[in-house]
Amino acid sequence: MNELSGLTVTVLRFGFLLLLWLMIFSVVGAMRRDLVIGRKTKVGTPTARQARRHPELVDAPPVRAQARTLVVTEGPLSGRTLELSGTPILLGRAQEATLVLEDDYASGRHARLFPQGSRWFIEDLGSTNGTYLGDQQLTRALPVELGVPVRIGKTVIELRP
Amino acid sequence: MSQLQTVAKPRRNIELVLLILALVVGISANALVDLNLDRPFDSDFYSQAAVLTVLALGMHISLRFRAKYADPVILPIVVALNGVGLAMIHRLDLATDDTAGPRQWLWTTVAVLAAISVIWFLRDHRVLRRFTYISLIVSVVLLILPLIPGISAGDVNGASVWIRIGNNSFQPGEIAKITLAIFFAGYLSSNRDLILLAGKKIGPLQLPRVRDLGPMIVAWLASVGVLVFQHDIGTSVLFFGLFMIMIYVATSRISWVAIGLVLIAVGGFFAIRIFPHVGLRVNTWVHAFDPEVIGRGVGSSYQIVQGLFGMASGGLIGSGLGQGRPDIVPLANSDMIIASLGEELGMIGLFAVVLLYLLLITRGFRAALGTRDAFGKLLAVGLSFAIALQCFVVIGGVTRLIPLTGLTTPFLAAGGSSLLANWIIVALLLLISNAARRPIFTAPAKEPHVPAGEPPASGPPRTPVQTPRSIKTPSKKVISP
Repeated sequence: MNELSGLTVTVLRFGFLLLLWLMIFSVVGAMRRDLVIGRKTKVGTPTARQARRHPELVDAPPVRAQARTLVVTEGPLSGRTLELSGTPILLGRAQEATLVLEDDYASGRHARLFPQGSRWFIEDLGSTNGTYLGDQQLTRALPVELGVPVRIGKTVIELRP
Repeated sequence: MSQLQTVAKPRRNIELVLLILALVVGISANALVDLNLDRPFDSDFYSQAAVLTVLALGMHISLRFRAKYADPVILPIVVALNGVGLAMIHRLDLATDDTAGPRQWLWTTVAVLAAISVIWFLRDHRVLRRFTYISLIVSVVLLILPLIPGISAGDVNGASVWIRIGNNSFQPGEIAKITLAIFFAGYLSSNRDLILLAGKKIGPLQLPRVRDLGPMIVAWLASVGVLVFQHDIGTSVLFFGLFMIMIYVATSRISWVAIGLVLIAVGGFFAIRIFPHVGLRVNTWVHAFDPEVIGRGVGSSYQIVQGLFGMASGGLIGSGLGQGRPDIVPLANSDMIIASLGEELGMIGLFAVVLLYLLLITRGFRAALGTRDAFGKLLAVGLSFAIALQCFVVIGGVTRLIPLTGLTTPFLAAGGSSLLANWIIVALLLLISNAARRPIFTAPAKEPHVPAGEPPASGPPRTPVQTPRSIKTPSKKVISP
C-alpha cells in the first residue's frame, strides 16, 4: 500500500472525530422525543415552585372524600377496623405486618397499601394466591377507591371515609 | 412511582439507522488503524467487520421479535463502544505483536449471543424476582470461586479474582455484579416498608431492625470479603456503591447515603492502615510523579504516569488512530485503554466516548423511571449505576483523580468476562425498557370508581386487560406454607 500523504491522514483523523460526534448528535436527536416537554406530552407534574409562580399549571384537584379507615368486611378478622395515617400498610400473616391476617390463604407478606398524593394504592408483594381489587387480579400497583373490596385470601378489606 | 408517560412506538427503524452509524464508527476506526499504519486490509479487518455487523444485526432482529418497544438508542451506543474498543485492541496488537484482538472478537461473539438468548428466553425481567435469594447464593459462590485452590488462577497483578477454565481465565466477580443487583432489587422491592418503618428512630436517622437487614449484611460482608481476601479494591468499591445506591433509591432516605459514605471513609482509613496493598495504591497515587515511585518495582506509578504523558501528547485532537505510541503504557489494551484512546483520539474523541457512556446510563435510568414494577425500577437503576460507577472508577483512576484500581472499562477493555457481563446487563436494560415503553392496553372506562378527567397518579389509572404472559395466575388455591 502506498504511503498516505500527511494531508490525507489529517483529514481522516478529523473525519473520524466528526463521525464520533455525528453519532452522538444522532443519538441525542433520537432521544428528543422522550425529552420533549409540550402540552401534549406533558412529562411529570409541576414542582411546588412552578405551581406557586404559575397557578394555572396545576389542575384543580378533584374533590373526593379521603379514606380514613380500613375495614375488614369478610374473613377471620371480619369487623376489625384500622385507622389510616400517612404511612404505608403491610398486609399479611407475618408478625411484622401492620394488619396481621390470620388467614391460611394469605402469604406472609401479601400486599402493601400505600398513600400517594390523595389516594391509596394497593400493590401485591409476590403473594402465592394473589390480591384482587374488585374482581381483577393485581399485576401492578393500582389505586383503591372508597368502598371497593380488596380480596386477600379469604379476607376482604375496604377503605371507608 | 413516576408520572412519566412515553409515546408507545416501537422505533426499531430509528435503531437500525443508528446501528448502521455505530457500525460505520466501529469499522472505520479499524480501517483507519490499517490505513495509518500502512497495512493492507487483512483478514483481521474483514473478520472484525463481519463479526460486529452480524452480531449487531442479530441483536437488532431479536429485539424486533421479542422486545419491540425496547429503547432504540441503547444498542447502537453499545455497538459503537464495542467497535471502538475492538479497533483499539487491534491497533495495540499490531504494536505489541499480541493476539488480544481475535480473542476479543471471540468473546464479543459469546457475549452478544448470551445477550440475544437473554432477550429470547427471559422475555420479562419480572421472572428474575423469583430468584432473589438464589441470586444471593450464586453471588457468594461466584465470589468464593477464585479462592478455591483447584480452579483459582492465582495472584494476577496483585489480585486473585480469576478462575481458570481450560485455557481461558474468567473473572466470576463480573457476573456476581448482575446477580447481586438482582438480589438487592428483589429484596428491597419486597422489604422496603419494613426497612423504612420498623426500627428505632435516633434523631433524624431511622435505624432499621437488625433482622430486617440480615441479607443486606451478608451482601456487605461479601464486598468487604472481596477486599480482604482477593485484594481487589475496584470490585469492592463497585459492590458497596451498588448496595448503597439501591437502598437509597428504594427508601429515598439521604441518611443511607450519609451512613454509607461514613462507612466508606472509616473502611478506607482502616484499609489503608491494615492492608499494605491498599496503602501502596494510595501512596502511588499521591506521589505518582516522584522518580523514586515511578522507578520502584512493586507499586510503581510508571503505568499511570505513562498514561498521563500519552494523553498529554494526544492533546486536544489526538495523534490519530495508529499514529501515537499508546503501547508504551503497560496493560494499554485493558486497564489503560482510556489513556490509549485519549492519546490517539485526543480530548475531543475521549469526551465523545465518555458522553456515549453518559447517554447509555441515562437511558438505563429512563427505563427505570418508565417501568411500572418496583423490582424493575430498582434493577434498572442498579445495573446502570454499576456501569456508571465502573466508568468513574476506571476513568478517574487513569486520569489520576482517584487511585487506580483494577476495574475494566465496560465494552472497551480487552477482557472476556467483563464483556459478557456488560452485554447481559444491556440485554436486561433493553428488556426493562421494553416493559417501560410498551403500551398498556386499556379497557373502556368501565370502572365507575375512577372519576373522569383525572390526572394519572401512579401509572395509568385504568385497569390493564393484558396480563404479562410470564406471570402465571395460580389455577387453584394453595395454602401457603
